[in-house]
Amino acid sequence: MKHKWEPESCRDLPYTPIMDRPTTYNKTGVWRTYRPIVDKEKCTDCYICWKFCPDVSILIQEDGSIEIDYDHCKGCGICAEVCPVKAIEMERER
Amino acid sequence: MGKITIPEEEYMHPGHIACLGCGGALAMRYMLKALGKRTMVSIPACCWAIMHGKHPNFALGVPLVNTAFEVTGASISGIRAALDAKGIKDVNVVGFAGDGGTADIGIQALSGAVERNTNIFYVMYDNEAYMNTGIQRSGATPPGAWTTTTPVGTTQDWKKAPKKNMVEIMVAHKIPYTATINIAFPEDFVKKLQKGKDIDGPKFYHAFAPCPTGWRHPPEITVSIAKMATDSNVFPLFEVEEGKYTITRKPKKRIPVKEYLGLQGRFRHLPEEMVERIQREVDREWELLLRKEEYTADF
Amino acid sequence: MPKVVITGNYSLAYGAKLCRAEVVAAYPITPQTTVVEKIAEFVANDEMDTQYVKVESEHTAMAACISASLTGARTFTATSAHGLTLMHEVLIWASGSRTPIIMGNINRAMAPPWSVWADHLDSVAQRDTGWMQIYAETNQEVLDSIIQAYKLCENNDVLLPCMIMEDAFFLSHTSEAVDLPEQSEVDAFLPPFDPPEKLDVDDPKGFCSLVMPDWYMEFRYLMHEAWNRARKIIYDVVEDFEKKFGRNHGALLDIYRCDDADAVLMAAGTAAATCREVVDDLRSKGKKVGLARIRFFRPFPTDELRSLAKEVDSIGVLDRSFTFGHGGAFYSEVAGALYNSPTKPALKNYIAGLGGRDITPVTLERLFEDVLNLPENGTEQEIEWVDLKDTPPKEVS
Repeated sequence: MKHKWEPESCRDLPYTPIMDRPTTYNKTGVWRTYRPIVDKEKCTDCYICWKFCPDVSILIQEDGSIEIDYDHCKGCGICAEVCPVKAIEMERER
Repeated sequence: MGKITIPEEEYMHPGHIACLGCGGALAMRYMLKALGKRTMVSIPACCWAIMHGKHPNFALGVPLVNTAFEVTGASISGIRAALDAKGIKDVNVVGFAGDGGTADIGIQALSGAVERNTNIFYVMYDNEAYMNTGIQRSGATPPGAWTTTTPVGTTQDWKKAPKKNMVEIMVAHKIPYTATINIAFPEDFVKKLQKGKDIDGPKFYHAFAPCPTGWRHPPEITVSIAKMATDSNVFPLFEVEEGKYTITRKPKKRIPVKEYLGLQGRFRHLPEEMVERIQREVDREWELLLRKEEYTADF
Repeated sequence: MPKVVITGNYSLAYGAKLCRAEVVAAYPITPQTTVVEKIAEFVANDEMDTQYVKVESEHTAMAACISASLTGARTFTATSAHGLTLMHEVLIWASGSRTPIIMGNINRAMAPPWSVWADHLDSVAQRDTGWMQIYAETNQEVLDSIIQAYKLCENNDVLLPCMIMEDAFFLSHTSEAVDLPEQSEVDAFLPPFDPPEKLDVDDPKGFCSLVMPDWYMEFRYLMHEAWNRARKIIYDVVEDFEKKFGRNHGALLDIYRCDDADAVLMAAGTAAATCREVVDDLRSKGKKVGLARIRFFRPFPTDELRSLAKEVDSIGVLDRSFTFGHGGAFYSEVAGALYNSPTKPALKNYIAGLGGRDITPVTLERLFEDVLNLPENGTEQEIEWVDLKDTPPKEVS
């Protein structure tokens, strides 16, 4: 890759508008109004929340437990809605 | 501990700029999980054309070409031809387009690609209006819906025309495989796409993908609403293989259409008699589908 | 080299075959149909190893070529008139995505009135799409231009698409003797297509991204630079081609007997072939006239034209199309290119041969005389519709 992701001049651009910078760097967590909080006591690790997250922001840890990626979670609340044991609360961000 | 019921690998990155609770984002995530790394995607003008954000941002882990609005069927024909020319057989070529880009402006190119028996996947992620441009009615907008171009107003000018039936249009092309899929049923979604890997020819998927922004519902109920669409028979799950219909989910307890409509602001204006009419239409279509399944059972 | 007698359309088909186009996507339209038929025949007889996508429209033909090219395949298509104008949107997509697609276009008039005969409006109307445009004069040039165009456009310093024009029926359906190069000669001249970026599952990237106002201009400027590099590379390709195949059709501007000329007529396509005859005839009568054939309309031969302008007193520009509300497109471009030139010959625009009407030697001889007399007679009448059947307006008393 010769082109730069943070170009300063046209010399830093590819010849054709190529996309190759993973959006992961984009911290969409700043969009959030409501913050999902997982109650680890209630959580049964069923991964239904993981399955339905449109922002790939529920991470399965090595020990099998789930973790929320607050850098990217936009706070849509689907995880709390689909949780069969109501282990996720949506709290207003301060 | 539960078990993971869909492939764990992710080929869609977080950090994309879809709205909160976007059904289209889930449709992409499941499609890529199903088809995996050796997949190339073509996307026309639609929400997914801008969901990466600006240059050089890229939300996918597979190659992508963005194309003009009406050319998805043409673009995937070109990609497949190029791969064939190079002797590459094991790459899935996917057109991933919205309902407007499929049922309206892109229907010619899609029809051509299917008629030529091109070995491609085509996923229409259906959010039932032109959402990227700001909720204008499309041929896939259901009757009764408010959109910015069917604004109800003082004359009850909601969408009057029926929803274009893309699956039946594909069946009429003698397509080897077509199916409805729904983001509320990821296992079924993934299974039907994976099934397509073994079918040499065009595969068309009508993917139900709610849009909280355009449907006027809170983002957290995207999945619940999508589930209700199937369990009220508004959006039945079925597949058609070489003309044989198989319903893949028969709701045990049918939810009244009224409940499904009632959760969405876009239907708020509807008078009771219109809701009843929609219910009758849904019942009729479901009955028809049951009969098609029965009639084609021996195919 | 075998000499064959073939039509311009077969020249296009043989050109695609000799250049080993890996993907052909095309849709039939009069008078292009024998191109798609011939390619179908090649494929059906296993004489051409290509994926031939028999699409349902020209728009799809071009869109399929773009995606195939982005996947790393050499692509070819051919069309005409309404097919070309239907492609308009995706033509711009092709250049913007920097895909070196080569296309044959059979110049045909646009309807209404319905017409299938020669006229340049179809391609002139694509001037701003970012495609190179070559107007061929003979069937040999059609074939050679395809080989030259792939060599030029697939150069990593260029990566732009090119359309090669031939006049409807005058070339498309007229047989001429054509030297058909051996496959090995073309292979030696034209290496396989290997673009710097392409769709690749092992190195996944997206193409044709959204660019905000902060960088859109810069991407367009990079394209502009590629065009500037192409101007020079065209000369290199023409020179290499001549060394290899012994033929030279000129580069951007094909200049014929303009040394010491007083008056020059500019034309493109088959009208230029007739001009050549008339120039020879008039020269034998002692008239100092010459021909400057517009071979490339894009890139426009600005420098070549300014050099020519130093030597001649008057230039006539023959347009086989008309841009309503102004004048002939070639003429406007010539006038524009000469505005900042230190020398400005007298200019006149001749609109001729629209909708396939013959442009005869008799007519051209008269035009040459008119151009010769321009410095004396002045250019009060800047645009002339040549041989127009008109009733002179009544004198108002």
